[in-house]
Amino acid sequence: MALLQIAEPGMSTAPHQHRLAVGIDLGTTNSLVATVRSGSALCLPDHEGRSLLPSVVNYAADGAVVVGRAAQARQNKDPANTVVSVKRFMGRGLKDIAELATPYRFVDEPGMLKLQTAGGIKSPVEVSADILRALKDRAEESLGGELVGAVITVPAYFDDAQRQATKDAARLAGLNVLRLLNEPTAAAIAYGLDNGAEGTYVVYDLGGGTFDVSVLELTRGLFEVRATSGDSQLGGDDFDHRIHCWAMEQNGLSRLNAQDSRLLLTRAREAKEALTDHDSTHLTAMLSDGQMVDLELTEAKFHELTAHLVQKTLLPVKKALRDAKLTVADIKGVVLVGGATRMPQVRRAVTELFGKTPLTNLDPDKVVALGAAMQADVLAGNKGDDEWLLLDVIPLSLGLETMGGLTEKVIPRNSTIPTARAQEFTTYKDGQTAMAIHVLQGEREMVSDCRSLARFELRGIPPMVAGAARIRVTFQVDADGLLSVSARELSTGVEASIAVKPSYGLSDEEIGRMLSESMTHAADDMTARKLAEAKVEAISLVQATQAALEIDGHLLDAAELGPIQAVLDDLRQHLAGSNADLIRTTAEALNQATVDFAGRRMDAAVKRGLAGHKIGEL
Amino acid sequence: MNFDFNQNHFDVFQLPAVFALDAKALEAQYRALQATWHPDRFAGSDDAQKRLSLQVATRLNEGYQTLKSPVSRARYLLQLNGVDTQEETNTAMPMDFLMNQMIWREHIAEGKASQNVERLEELNHELREEIGALEDELSRLIDRESRYADAAMIVRKMRFMEKLDQEIGNAIESVLY
Repeated sequence: MALLQIAEPGMSTAPHQHRLAVGIDLGTTNSLVATVRSGSALCLPDHEGRSLLPSVVNYAADGAVVVGRAAQARQNKDPANTVVSVKRFMGRGLKDIAELATPYRFVDEPGMLKLQTAGGIKSPVEVSADILRALKDRAEESLGGELVGAVITVPAYFDDAQRQATKDAARLAGLNVLRLLNEPTAAAIAYGLDNGAEGTYVVYDLGGGTFDVSVLELTRGLFEVRATSGDSQLGGDDFDHRIHCWAMEQNGLSRLNAQDSRLLLTRAREAKEALTDHDSTHLTAMLSDGQMVDLELTEAKFHELTAHLVQKTLLPVKKALRDAKLTVADIKGVVLVGGATRMPQVRRAVTELFGKTPLTNLDPDKVVALGAAMQADVLAGNKGDDEWLLLDVIPLSLGLETMGGLTEKVIPRNSTIPTARAQEFTTYKDGQTAMAIHVLQGEREMVSDCRSLARFELRGIPPMVAGAARIRVTFQVDADGLLSVSARELSTGVEASIAVKPSYGLSDEEIGRMLSESMTHAADDMTARKLAEAKVEAISLVQATQAALEIDGHLLDAAELGPIQAVLDDLRQHLAGSNADLIRTTAEALNQATVDFAGRRMDAAVKRGLAGHKIGEL
Repeated sequence: MNFDFNQNHFDVFQLPAVFALDAKALEAQYRALQATWHPDRFAGSDDAQKRLSLQVATRLNEGYQTLKSPVSRARYLLQLNGVDTQEETNTAMPMDFLMNQMIWREHIAEGKASQNVERLEELNHELREEIGALEDELSRLIDRESRYADAAMIVRKMRFMEKLDQEIGNAIESVLY
């Protein structure tokens, strides 16, 4: 059976070999890739020694794709074709991001929006894949080999649509996703292992575009998430935006073109960063019409402008504590994660709420990637006995639409994953044979206030009187926090098992198509897959033929047996090689050669079955 | 590696099927089993192994949640003993219990109206004590006296108490934030 163990490319199973695995923090503003080398995690830098890769992608008319700092350099000149903060668009439709000020031309698509660029129409998944591919290339070059897999981090508060989109992006970039890991949990791993921490900790993670808070219990070898909360549309970007709006107001500007808007946003971000270490800063920008913006921004003014944003982060913190049935007194420490937690007003607010100074001894920009790398190392099987276990939760409740546009919760938020829950439904009309099922995620009562994950129709329910059919719908959330739904009719046992492919996600065919279009070594991969598939099929055919010959070989005479044996031997030989077409044609030949044999076996089996029975008994 | 899906939750965690459960032992067993079966332990395995680990880990979480919460543990024990708690169908509650419920609700509404968080916290504390008393009763009725029908009534009462607990929480939240 050794041949059957041909795994995915790079998935070497040789013992004692260090398998190359990485952790990737796919951030709103910056992304990082990290790995574990000789027992300690480190971020992999680019050629200039920089770990942070700006999450910026520029698409040029000639099809060139530029990622990172080089793309960032173009963003003021070419804002419409330079995609920044794409994470905010993952798994989102146009109406979700209506409030964001962006210079892009959007194409509204069912489920997820797309962006029109000089290089063509790009979905957020494709843009993210370009960022991931850059990190993958960096890692493979730095580590000198192909990656076995990667752990990709997502905000804990990401819903199913956003998670699925992230996983799709990773697959599109040619990464084998070992696990989607929640960012605060990744930070807790890095922090906990580094400090030997025990007790209940809060991770406050304010990134560029998302805010997460997780309450975790750390005990020896166990990271258990008690509750998580957050806001997937709140981050450092919003602080920049506040400065941007203030600057416009101060200069009496009402509308800016895309280029000026981007320039002012960049200056706003620089001002924000300057205020981390200074009491005041200057914001200077020359607009395209020659007008100068020159303003002094004090720390006090900045705090005033953003006080409501800071307050907005405290609400989820309190909610998470309540969900975990804990108070601030139970918390041993607060870990700050994300570049935006460098802002003094954020640190002050957290310190005030918890009555203790937050922990910042790990670089808030890197800690998530480091934790992800540690988890990737474990998942790839590189760790020995000192493995730890991670028990994470689902951030938002999952439910179904019921009568009157109301949501019925099936899996409550903060349930430990993996988890499954079954719910029974019945028909409300006589003879009803179909039933619409609408899967939702969110905490609100009304369907319209929750995120619609999938709609599907359960058909083929046997006609019965109203209320007689019993349909069981099962929700399964896996360790990535991803949902699948299946349904079955119980009274008659009619199984209508459906793997729900949510409307926003990419179908496997789409992924396949995009893969072959965009991957540089797509051809190799396709060949490898084709070969693997051909081998698997051929091996099962060889085994089936051998088994049949052992049992019913006596049905054939030597002249008949000879050709079958010959083709069988041929196929065995080809299986050792790597010519997929040859394996396929030989397997087909074996199939042909055994047609008669199969017919005779069938007859023999029928005779055996009939023997000893009267006709009437059959 | 094998896992017997026909075991009941108590068997899975190798604990006696009683209401007065050793919470520490349950937690320890749960962690040990998850350490063996969690999907993270099978990230490099074949699809069949991955699926099995997903199913077992899911079952462990379900069992742990069922046994951890007193109400669901009692409901599950009664179910194992063939008694339905009739939480959806049997709405006949003793008069004094219902009167008591009304008083609780009035107190909560007052606390909320006067924005008195301290009072609400106090109510929460009192409620937890009453719930604790009901738990003691469940232990007696189920573990020692095998009076399952009477225990089912306590479970129904606890459902009401849980709802009150939630309402107090919501009231506190609405006053605070």
